[in-house]
Amino acid sequence: MITKDRILELLDYVKDPEIPVINVLELGVVRGVEVDEESGRAVVTITPTYTGCPAMDVMAADIRKELLEAGVPEVEVKMSLSPAWTTDWITEAGKRKLKEYGIAPPEKTADIRALKGEDPVVECPQCGSKNTMMLSPFGSTACKALWKCNDCLEPFDQFKCL
Amino acid sequence: MELNEALFQFCLRRGDDTHVLSHRLGEWCGHGPVLEEDMALTNRALDLLGQARNYLQYAGQVEGKGRSEDDLAYLRNERGYVNCKLVEQPNGDYAHTIAKCFLFDAWHLPFLKAQLDSKDEQLAAIAGKAVKEATYHLRHSSEWMVRFGDGTEESHQRAQQALHDLWTFTGELFETDEVYTTLQQAGIVPDLGPIKEAFDRTVNEVLAEATLKRPEDEFMASGGRKGQHTEHLGHMLGEMQFLQRAHPGAQW
Repeated sequence: MITKDRILELLDYVKDPEIPVINVLELGVVRGVEVDEESGRAVVTITPTYTGCPAMDVMAADIRKELLEAGVPEVEVKMSLSPAWTTDWITEAGKRKLKEYGIAPPEKTADIRALKGEDPVVECPQCGSKNTMMLSPFGSTACKALWKCNDCLEPFDQFKCL
Repeated sequence: MELNEALFQFCLRRGDDTHVLSHRLGEWCGHGPVLEEDMALTNRALDLLGQARNYLQYAGQVEGKGRSEDDLAYLRNERGYVNCKLVEQPNGDYAHTIAKCFLFDAWHLPFLKAQLDSKDEQLAAIAGKAVKEATYHLRHSSEWMVRFGDGTEESHQRAQQALHDLWTFTGELFETDEVYTTLQQAGIVPDLGPIKEAFDRTVNEVLAEATLKRPEDEFMASGGRKGQHTEHLGHMLGEMQFLQRAHPGAQW
């Protein structure tokens, strides 16, 4: 029988196509899972990270594919805009994996510095130094900013706080 | 005017504003003055394209004739486009591009903030996403206005010239007509008064820091909302729509 728990288990395998170390649950884009246990029909509601993020269409297709291949008879992926996604929805496991992958995870939006509009203190994911500087608020994808470590001199991506 | 027709028109306007500016910024791809700016402009273009998709999808739903976002984007000619004239202006030098973005952002951010309270749930939801993006767009363009204005003699002069050339297109951002007032009475779109105040405040503060002069309000261009455009839009659409015109229905 297809249960909600089974669907959540399967969603664990659907990765963010642009950051393939974290899955859609860790990224916090899955906002709802409904399963009709009799028919096995599943409705997964996801929310876009950034309005124009091209990965969203891929994620929706990947979710469909994963569930259909696992034997879920009917799958619908709904897109919901409200409430708007925030980086606070990235799970602790997700943040840890981002860091291991070399992307500095976002700070909390309720962080006192973020509230005051100050620049965040970002730890270099390579050497752990806090002596870092932002090179550009726009990085390799919509969700990332480009930073540099002043100690190990490596450039790195930071997941922007949104 | 019927509410549904007004809502359709409004969604087209917002969709066309964001789409046309997105396309213009996309023209910088691979040509930015430095790598970081190349990425900044294409990032902004992507945000705006996402917003345009939201508005045009919703316009298609509201119209109820089965037109998709792609139909609306690729199969209307310039007389059917209802963006403001500001966004269709050619990129020019980098000061022109930044000044165009700055004037747009200074209006866009307060407009979106007010749109959060729209009685139309979908418009409020679109604004909820877009307002976060517009916030750092304005920060980006403001920083560059200051850098140009308070930079070298050459950069100051170019930024001042850009403001002078583009100022005439700012009046249109605050125009109202039957479409707008119909929606405003229904609580769907915001009062433009406070938005104009916020625009003036931002422009005055940033230009003061940039040591640039705010141009005088003289002749203000109009007509974009009625499909009357400067000659530049037709050329832009000719390129943007080429594929769908030459190969109707082509898909990735």
